[in-house]
Amino acid sequence: MPAWNIIQAVNDALRIEMRRDPRVVVMGEDVGRFGGVFRATVGLIEEFGPDRVIDTPLAESGIIGAAIGMAMYGLRPVPEIQFSDFIFPAFDQIVNELAKLRYRSGGQYAAPVVIRTPVGGGIKGGHYHSQSPEALFIHTPGLQIIHPSNPFDAKGLLISAIRQDDPVIFMEPKRVYRAARGEVPEGEYTVPIGQANVAREGRGMTVIAWGAMFHEALQAVEQAEDLDAELIDLRTLWPLDIETLVRSVRKTGRCAIVQEAPRTCGFAAEISALIQERCFTSLEAPIARITGWDTPFPYTLESEYLPLAPRILGALRELKAYEA
Amino acid sequence: MRAAQKLETPPIPREVLLRLYREMVRLRTLDERMMTLQRQGRVGFYGACTGQEAATLASAIALEASDWIFPALREGGAMLLRGFPLVPYLCQIFGNAGDETKGRQMPSHMASRSVNQVSWSSCIGTQLPQAVGAAMAARIKGDRTVIAAYLGDGATSEGDFHVAMNFAGVFKAPVVFICQNNHWAISVPTAKQTASESIAVKAVAYGFPGVKVDGNDTVAVYRAVKEAVDRARSGGGPTLVECETYRIGAHSSSDDPTRYRDEREVEQWKKRDPLELLRSRLQAWGLWTARQEDELRAQVLEEVNGAIAEAEKKPDPPRESLFDDVYANVPWSLREQREELLASPPAARAKPSP
Repeated sequence: MPAWNIIQAVNDALRIEMRRDPRVVVMGEDVGRFGGVFRATVGLIEEFGPDRVIDTPLAESGIIGAAIGMAMYGLRPVPEIQFSDFIFPAFDQIVNELAKLRYRSGGQYAAPVVIRTPVGGGIKGGHYHSQSPEALFIHTPGLQIIHPSNPFDAKGLLISAIRQDDPVIFMEPKRVYRAARGEVPEGEYTVPIGQANVAREGRGMTVIAWGAMFHEALQAVEQAEDLDAELIDLRTLWPLDIETLVRSVRKTGRCAIVQEAPRTCGFAAEISALIQERCFTSLEAPIARITGWDTPFPYTLESEYLPLAPRILGALRELKAYEA
Repeated sequence: MRAAQKLETPPIPREVLLRLYREMVRLRTLDERMMTLQRQGRVGFYGACTGQEAATLASAIALEASDWIFPALREGGAMLLRGFPLVPYLCQIFGNAGDETKGRQMPSHMASRSVNQVSWSSCIGTQLPQAVGAAMAARIKGDRTVIAAYLGDGATSEGDFHVAMNFAGVFKAPVVFICQNNHWAISVPTAKQTASESIAVKAVAYGFPGVKVDGNDTVAVYRAVKEAVDRARSGGGPTLVECETYRIGAHSSSDDPTRYRDEREVEQWKKRDPLELLRSRLQAWGLWTARQEDELRAQVLEEVNGAIAEAEKKPDPPRESLFDDVYANVPWSLREQREELLASPPAARAKPSP
């Protein structure tokens, strides 16, 4: 098996699905001749031509709006939004149109659109190349949000996403696009949507993370074997794999959630509420949230903003030490 | 367009004209009845097509059954023209269990895959990039489908309009934009939407033809849209057709136009009622008589009233249907919430607000 990075895994998934299903089309800014600013669609236009690998005008609402129409007509578009910070011109098309189409039409129309978009900071991208907007979309009924942390999951989940019938926001952790390398099987395989991965078993506490921050959480728990932390990589944010989380927290009695996005109304808040509803009598400490701050994403001080391993470790030690 | 009235024979097939006239009368009658029911508190909301029947129906009849319509507020009647039955259409307005869209949207937001008229939202202009996408898909798949994308004059101020026009031009998509310029976007007149000399002229900047027609002239609308549809179908790309017409009634049942527009303007436009214009021409061509008119009016009223009686009897959609169709499969979170709802007493149903 080759050791690939996430970009190679995404590219391979797209190629496999485009070969398998002529309805799959890729579209977006710079995805064709250039192969995408992160090179995720490189080589596709050469194999599949400009009708299926579409360089679009620079208009996100047009990319998503057109993808919705294509999907209604029977294609399986995989539009790319170059940075998730640029997704907001398409917010209306995603939230009011894409997410509600099946419901508002009484199930007559559906839009199987998979929106790929790089998220997160730590690449010196400032406000507009660094945000993590997952909570805005999780809050919208009708959407599924997938956010892998590694190449194996990225390929398997992207294939799953393209093969099912509801819209997906497929968030790719750009900070570890190339750094997170791993063995990826050749050919097709799927990773099921809605299943978290218990990446490291433990009995002392449950640490929940996703995307780029999963790697920071892993670094933190590996530095402190005495914490005996169980580390869960969500992989799919919504629908959440609540069963895996509950099983773990009932075992460990302590829970920390690591989230790169700003704290208030972030997804960690919802996870925290769901866990306390289900695990109240098992909890030995308040659920800890280790998150980005409630500020716009900074440029120079981005490492102060991000919940990196040292900050996570400090919070986990506090969680361990908590006594009621 | 005036010249057409002087023609001795109809310039388009007489069966098309006669069918159009019947549909226009039926739609006018339906709109009148619905506005009455709305005032009686039996319907929650309504957006009538009154005054715009020619622009709506003469454009829709220029399409083939396999072509798709992306409608705006006032094009529901195109579904009826395309063969959708009246009873389920009315069930959408009542939002009851007979509605194919399961009572999920406000009245006048009907859709049916059976007639290729797609679901739309109340957000202005959002259907336009979607229509272009569907047209791109048709071209990619090698189908001969043409997409009709309807909009009002107000929608031409939205970003989605410009995005859609631009995509359509760049990709030469087989789409026809049909703008019903009815002079008023609720209370804002067209002169405050745009400084362009017309809406049609905007197409020039996007690299494809824009045509302006008398939207109350059934023949003119049909010919302009048919030409645009034929061009799109033969690979000639998009067209913007501006139908200049007038919203005789209020924007919707929730609006009071006497607060912002001069009634004399309405009276002037009533003299150019598209139904009256078409009827006088049909009569001049010897295709229509006063007796036929009386029979049609009576028949249509009976049909509409009968359908209202049947549709209104239907119950609300079942409570548990609230959770269907959010996703193809109901996830755990919605299963839990459905159980929570069903364990609570049924809510008193809110009456439509007058």
